[in-house]
Amino acid sequence: MPAMPPASSTPVQILLVEDSPDDADLMIEALKEGRLEVRINLVEDGEDALAFLRNEGAQQTAPRPDLVLLDLHLPRKNGFEVLAEMKKDVELRHIPVVILTSSDSEQAFLDAYNLHANCCVSKPVDQDEYALVVRKIEHFWLTVAQRVRRT
Amino acid sequence: MHPLLNGGKPIEILLVEDCVDEAELTMEALRDGRVRNRIHWVEDGEEAMAFLHRQGRFAAAPRPDLILLDLRLPKMSGHEVLAEVKSDPDLKRIPVVIMTESDDEKDVRRAYDGYANCYVTKPVDMDKFIEAVKSIEEFWLTIVHLPAA
Repeated sequence: MPAMPPASSTPVQILLVEDSPDDADLMIEALKEGRLEVRINLVEDGEDALAFLRNEGAQQTAPRPDLVLLDLHLPRKNGFEVLAEMKKDVELRHIPVVILTSSDSEQAFLDAYNLHANCCVSKPVDQDEYALVVRKIEHFWLTVAQRVRRT
Repeated sequence: MHPLLNGGKPIEILLVEDCVDEAELTMEALRDGRVRNRIHWVEDGEEAMAFLHRQGRFAAAPRPDLILLDLRLPKMSGHEVLAEVKSDPDLKRIPVVIMTESDDEKDVRRAYDGYANCYVTKPVDMDKFIEAVKSIEEFWLTIVHLPAA
């Protein structure tokens, strides 16, 4: 099991881009159960996600996320557009993006990988299973994988 | 939890690792996993590209579902392999997990900037090394929805 980070370490910042309040609540609950100190920043559409990432408008003091959890079906700008813009942007493309999506075609997954999604995960229908998957994503990306340190 | 990929065929993993001991340890840890997989081991970057392009002795090689790539490799480095894979329209969607001794911030940033799907630093301790490989196996083979082709 991984060691706890030093007490002085800054909390891990997760950007959650999810328009369904039920899914968002479930994910936030699951993410808070992990052992790392995490701050979850929730935005509900694709334009807000990019504004958050680029510190635009009302998001000028938004922290740089260590991990982005991105739904594909979003109002205003969909997940594919957010992903494509992030992965073209030299300031943002190193941030791991985990696509979380439900009932999509195989083609949607291929498209997301072609746009350099770091990984894609199908949302389980069962709520307990969904929470478990979210915790596993958090554990893997925050304690097994290396993170790019914020500068 | 995970839908059967490729109609239930095993997951094909390309392991690019020049250190024999680490390759054997990795393969052993992967064999213990819950998901049926086949590991194809090559020892340098040029062989990795030949495997992916089915050249020479790799003419009958399957398309890997996942690539485990070391950075320090003879002939062609892991960063160079990554750059070729991620700029090739047919190969770029194959997830590449960097597995390396390096925890140098420059390597981490360069790999993620070069569209590595994930970067894991190999622990020096043998038990922790096996644990890390098992974590990769569990996450990428049971939680992740890998691209179908």
